[in-house]
Amino acid sequence: MRNLILAALAFGICALLPFGDNGYWLGLGVTIAMFTTLATSWALFSGPTHYISLATAAFFGVGTYVTGLGIDTLPFWSLVGLAGLIGAVLAALVGLATLRLSGVYFVIFTLGLAELVRQVITWVQNNTGQKGLYVLTDLDEAGIYWWLLGLAAAVFLTGWLIGRSRLGFALRIIGDDETVAAHSGINTARAKILLFMVPGAVAAMTGAILAPRYVYIEPSLAFAPILSFQVVIMALLGGASRLWGPLVGVIPFTFLLETVSSNFPNQTTLVIGIAFLVIVYLLPNGFVGLLDRVLRRTKANEVQ
Amino acid sequence: MDILITGILLGGTYALIAMGLNLQYGVARIMNLANGEILVAGGYFAFIAYTSTQLSPLLTIFVVAPIAFGLNWLIYVLMLQPLVNRAKNRGQLEQDSILATFGLSFIGVGLMLSFFGGDYFSYSFMAVPVELLGNTFGANRVLSFVMAVVICGALYLWLNRSRAGLSIRAIATAPASARLVGIDVKTLSALAFALGGAVTAVGGALISTYLTLDASTGVVFTLKALIIVIMGGVGDVRGTIVAALLLGVLETVVASLLDPGLTLAAAYVMFLAILLFRPQGLFGKKPT
Repeated sequence: MRNLILAALAFGICALLPFGDNGYWLGLGVTIAMFTTLATSWALFSGPTHYISLATAAFFGVGTYVTGLGIDTLPFWSLVGLAGLIGAVLAALVGLATLRLSGVYFVIFTLGLAELVRQVITWVQNNTGQKGLYVLTDLDEAGIYWWLLGLAAAVFLTGWLIGRSRLGFALRIIGDDETVAAHSGINTARAKILLFMVPGAVAAMTGAILAPRYVYIEPSLAFAPILSFQVVIMALLGGASRLWGPLVGVIPFTFLLETVSSNFPNQTTLVIGIAFLVIVYLLPNGFVGLLDRVLRRTKANEVQ
Repeated sequence: MDILITGILLGGTYALIAMGLNLQYGVARIMNLANGEILVAGGYFAFIAYTSTQLSPLLTIFVVAPIAFGLNWLIYVLMLQPLVNRAKNRGQLEQDSILATFGLSFIGVGLMLSFFGGDYFSYSFMAVPVELLGNTFGANRVLSFVMAVVICGALYLWLNRSRAGLSIRAIATAPASARLVGIDVKTLSALAFALGGAVTAVGGALISTYLTLDASTGVVFTLKALIIVIMGGVGDVRGTIVAALLLGVLETVVASLLDPGLTLAAAYVMFLAILLFRPQGLFGKKPT
């Protein structure tokens, strides 16, 4: 309960940012809020199951297209909800096809998913003569920021609730040993598919919220595959074993990418590559794992 | 008929690339997602050799192969072997190697971008028409196909007729038991990984004679090779070749009858069908 109050307080403070600054820092705040939402929801699925999902960009792009296509006819809030629904259904379909099999199939399938959806949308646009979509709303940067913050809060709450539910318990067993889980009567495929719907829906909603920021949407922008990799790195850098872990990775990596892309715009791919190696070789459990190790060592010293 | 032959010609080169990946995944148990970058690097090498010294890509491959072999051997020994040693189970090794090779893939793209820039590159090598069964095709495509057949055939014979090939197949089937009968799993895994990389780089040099490449196209080839390997069955040479030809034909059919922009979508449909109906591969046995 104390944690809940503390978290609510932290969100309250974050919500004040637009009153302090409306330029550079607010822009950075939007980026951080976006990646926090994406990385935390990613870790909700990949933390316990150890499946590496690269589908974020696909769901995100679908979300931006929901806003782009519907903004003239439907109110913004209903588009965000609709995007979430479509994202969840899409995730369930992908899950049905791949999550019954081993992890490799899942990674490969999600790796090309954004590219696949992009090709199909480009093809449809070429055949209908339409090129891109304009998203014109009166939603400003501060509005987008608050929407994202609300979504982030919802993700944290969902994660907290899943952790205390039967589903969360089942997932921890699956993560430890899938054979044991199956033998003790857990429907492992169903649990994984249900859980995978969470990041699917959240990524689509994030895309829907951010669409007004782009103003003009076209497939190669909405489905940029690099987004999926950034989310994976941030979540794993922070540590996917705790709910707040990804947040610890999002903030430093956002600053790092920001610095690199403004000073050495051609080296971002290189930085992403090095980040992957750092995670595998130096920080296998992220900052959270590092912290745990340090805490355990100090505790052991106190006992002596 | 025209489409069918073009598809088979394309599939031949795909088979070569997928064979490289299959050696790496089937034997060394490393899902190498940086495979496509090795391919593009091979293509760059052929491009530079041809444009600066007019060296024929047919000769370049004899330079590309040993370089790629050495590079991949180093990557395996220095970076991937520690992961194999520390992994407690197959799942953890898979996760670690996926992340590590993603890192290598991005570093590869980043390095190629900073050395060669992001432009497409292509050169005109043997772009003369040849007649085949009443239709005309580019001589470079036919030549690449013939080379791919020769290399695949040599690999097939080596794997099935030689002592080392037998050991490698034993590791692919049962890595734990292979050690018990005195097979040096570590050395041979490194060898298979390096050989796989060399085969892929040669495939890249060949494919660059008739396809336009750029620094970041690697991932598309990685994806295609992965789909072929899964479709053909891990460690199955015959299945890989059949799957590669199928994919080549399917892509050509979609590109010429529907839209060239939908080739990956076509590959995905095929992948999905395999996942749903035959996840063990075309000729694989059902796990008991």
